[in-house]
Amino acid sequence: MDIKSPEFKQSARIALQDANLQKALGNLKAGFPGKRAAAVARVPEFEELRDQAHDLKNHILEHLDLYLEEFEARVVENGGQVHWCSTSEDARQTILQICREQNAKTVTKGKSMVTEEINLNEFLEENDIRPVETDLGEYILQLRGDHPSHIIAPAIHLNLEDVSEAFHEHHKRPKSDDPAELMAEAREMLRKQFVAADVGITGANFLVAETGSTLIVTNEGNGDLTQTLPKTHIVVSSIEKVVPTLEDMSLFLRLLARSATGQEYSVYNTLSSGNRRPDDQDGPENFHVVLVDNGRSDMVGTQFQDMLRCIRCSACMNHCPVYGSVGGHSYGWVYPGPMGSVLTPQMIGIEKAGLLPNASTFCGKCEEVCPVRIPLPKLMRHWREKEYEKHLSPKAVRWGLSGWAFLATRPRLYRLFSSSASKVMRMLGGGKGKVTKLPLAAGWTDHRDMPTPTGKTFMQQWDERQKQEKQP
Amino acid sequence: MSDTHTPPIKVGLFVTCLADMFRPEVAFATVKLLEQAGFLVDVPKAQTCCGQPAFNSGDNESTRKIARQTIEAFDGYRYVIGPSGSCIGMLHHYPELFADDDPWKARAEDLKARAFEITSFLVDEVDFSGIQSDFKGKITYHDSCSGLRELGIKQQPRQLLSEIDGLELNEMQEAETCCGFGGTFCVKYADISNRMVSNKTGFAADSGADTLVGGDLGCLLNMAGKLKREGREMEVRHVVELLAGMTDSAAIGDADYDLGQEL
Amino acid sequence: MSRAEIFANIRRGLRRTEATEAQKEAVRQRLQQHPRNRIPARSLHEHDAQVELFIRMAQEAAAEVIELESLEQVPTAAANTLEAKGQNELVLASDDSLANLGWAEVHERIECHQRVGQVGDQASLTLAFAGIAETGTLMLYSRPDSPTTLNFLPDTHLVVLSKQDIVGPYEDAWDRLRESAPGRLPRTVNMITGPSRSADIEQKLQMGAHGPRQLVIFLIP
Repeated sequence: MDIKSPEFKQSARIALQDANLQKALGNLKAGFPGKRAAAVARVPEFEELRDQAHDLKNHILEHLDLYLEEFEARVVENGGQVHWCSTSEDARQTILQICREQNAKTVTKGKSMVTEEINLNEFLEENDIRPVETDLGEYILQLRGDHPSHIIAPAIHLNLEDVSEAFHEHHKRPKSDDPAELMAEAREMLRKQFVAADVGITGANFLVAETGSTLIVTNEGNGDLTQTLPKTHIVVSSIEKVVPTLEDMSLFLRLLARSATGQEYSVYNTLSSGNRRPDDQDGPENFHVVLVDNGRSDMVGTQFQDMLRCIRCSACMNHCPVYGSVGGHSYGWVYPGPMGSVLTPQMIGIEKAGLLPNASTFCGKCEEVCPVRIPLPKLMRHWREKEYEKHLSPKAVRWGLSGWAFLATRPRLYRLFSSSASKVMRMLGGGKGKVTKLPLAAGWTDHRDMPTPTGKTFMQQWDERQKQEKQP
Repeated sequence: MSDTHTPPIKVGLFVTCLADMFRPEVAFATVKLLEQAGFLVDVPKAQTCCGQPAFNSGDNESTRKIARQTIEAFDGYRYVIGPSGSCIGMLHHYPELFADDDPWKARAEDLKARAFEITSFLVDEVDFSGIQSDFKGKITYHDSCSGLRELGIKQQPRQLLSEIDGLELNEMQEAETCCGFGGTFCVKYADISNRMVSNKTGFAADSGADTLVGGDLGCLLNMAGKLKREGREMEVRHVVELLAGMTDSAAIGDADYDLGQEL
Repeated sequence: MSRAEIFANIRRGLRRTEATEAQKEAVRQRLQQHPRNRIPARSLHEHDAQVELFIRMAQEAAAEVIELESLEQVPTAAANTLEAKGQNELVLASDDSLANLGWAEVHERIECHQRVGQVGDQASLTLAFAGIAETGTLMLYSRPDSPTTLNFLPDTHLVVLSKQDIVGPYEDAWDRLRESAPGRLPRTVNMITGPSRSADIEQKLQMGAHGPRQLVIFLIP
């Protein structure tokens, strides 16, 4: 997927004017926050679960190498293979090689953001292997040549009409605008693919070290058909998803669905431990786990380590007023919203992704709802520090900032400046209490009036009052 | 609260740069409330801004300079009080700026322990219940993000406002959603900010209130500016103006004063 | 090559090479003792209350729960259920306890098979290993007698669950699973909470995406 993060502002402007997108984003805002709140309210222990999840993730990260070694050993005992991939390219080549060994023509896929991250579909197509997305949302996007705009509701930017048209065009069936019919159509179409596939690729929500299992969470059941029917199952996941035990996985699962869709529990939570056992009548003969690093190990021990606690629930974007205004595609790469604004600079570089951590009011709503208490605003601010250190922020901003800091560290001069600025603004206001155009502040006055100061500065007035009080 | 027989406790007022320049009434109202609560208010001259613009732009060196200056300016005051959850929240960030072995860290922690936003100070610290205000009207309350999420300010202003007899509070939808101000965000990402503030003014207007009240001047200037541009009739005021009974002056962004005298 | 690189990077971040003995011990202990984290109080009750909670939560997740007086009633109940849905074929898991039931008595109403699930299957019948009251979740696992495809391909999934196998929280199910399959987990462990669904079109929930459209639980004593 092309990186469009440097065009964030432009994309956002277009998104704000896109009536269809705005309508679709209305569905998100009307749905997720209320559902999460209701689900959370039913679990009095929820805050305690969050604390424990936070602490447990930190414990895992402090022992990450040990838990990964354990996980690997158990997978191998279970008859599977683990492949370690530092980069996206490593991961793509590894997966391609497995597919070639199987002489694969068709690959079905469960929903996986890591495979988006490594740009797997395009790569497989270039190598004459046909990837078929099986999650309903992802399937719709694939038909349209589109990409997910949300990590768990990939087609959230589309409306019924878009789906109906895409199906009509690709399935060559009469056009329907009944969501139930459309879903039945996708079910029928994909049944054939599930059976025809040579390889099934899924992601993993968690990797359990104790048992060498991978876990997928879905509501549709597509992931299960993807991994059960073909001869080979490839799990593509990332290294920070390892958890120690089944009990620990349960802690995270109690948080995941509630934070994500507001469900008590997702419909299908499936553990896979190795390949088909002797005498089993179904299940994959080959089981591979492709573990992707892609910059994550570089975050260990840094100020960004907290981000590795993320369990990809999407609560941060579901509640973000910026995401809710511009949608996921504006962010210009795989991971949108607050979690994306922290991850994207790590993965594609702050030079390209600098606008993302800046596009936040630091309202803190994301941190408020994060099940593992990631201080997302703080991490975005750390990226702004990096940007500032590397002199990447725009010159006008830097100059403005250093001029202001010069004054702010000289109280006497500052008072002189603020009293004159107050006077100038009052003159511009001409007694109307506001100005409608202000030089150097077009960003403000293009959209709103600027209330003007109501009199001399407080410091001036306070001074005068003190002097009067002292006079006999 | 201070005992009448002992000398009153001296409180340092953190004016905030926006109140200083745009709306001195807010600082005066804060002084009045603190005096009503029995405190002696002092305004250290060496204060400027809390440093948030630098902090949020990643310029930690400038932020540290401002932090040290603020810490020194407010040395010795039992309490440091300001009419802004955002600025006081910034004072609470100061310890993060210094390494553990830096002596400034302990001083920053000390300031943090003494620094309070006005409504939470009156309710949580001194249990003040002597609000005297004859304000009359229907209001709606915007919870500013920093105050709400960094300092836990939610019910304190509402509790104080409930002491005003003539006041009716109509809660708006999404009172806790950001108004889109975000410091420099509103200029750097003007289009997105505009969408957010438009949502906010819409909800405020739908509440049926005639005054929009909040505890942070940045947000209030943003929302007042949008309401004016939209031509809506709603007035905008800082919560302390209502609590101190100082609502005679024009509301934020409304026509106000005679220029002749001073200019 | 990548493996060494990744581990070196992690250890560099953690500012150590090999983990200390104490760190290794902490990990060993956690894995061996698998301590429980906070368990919500909602499922920590007497068994009867857990059964009640299971039924309530499963129904909330849109599963159909039918209480039977004995395992022997399953064939007739299955026939009745399928008939009501206009179905007359059933693929059975070949667990003895299911296969040895009196299917002959209903052979005129439903045609029974024992095999893996296939595209086009109307209905399947499998045996649950446990029911988790906390969220109304069924736990099933793969074995020669119970292929996983039976849990996903048919339109209607019928599941037999004994009340005795209902536990409160997931943790109790993990303990039972460890006991019944010592050493390693079955190839696939499914936790199923209600029938398949999707909200991918305009965030409006539609039932029956890729998995079974209906989930029916036969609850036996």
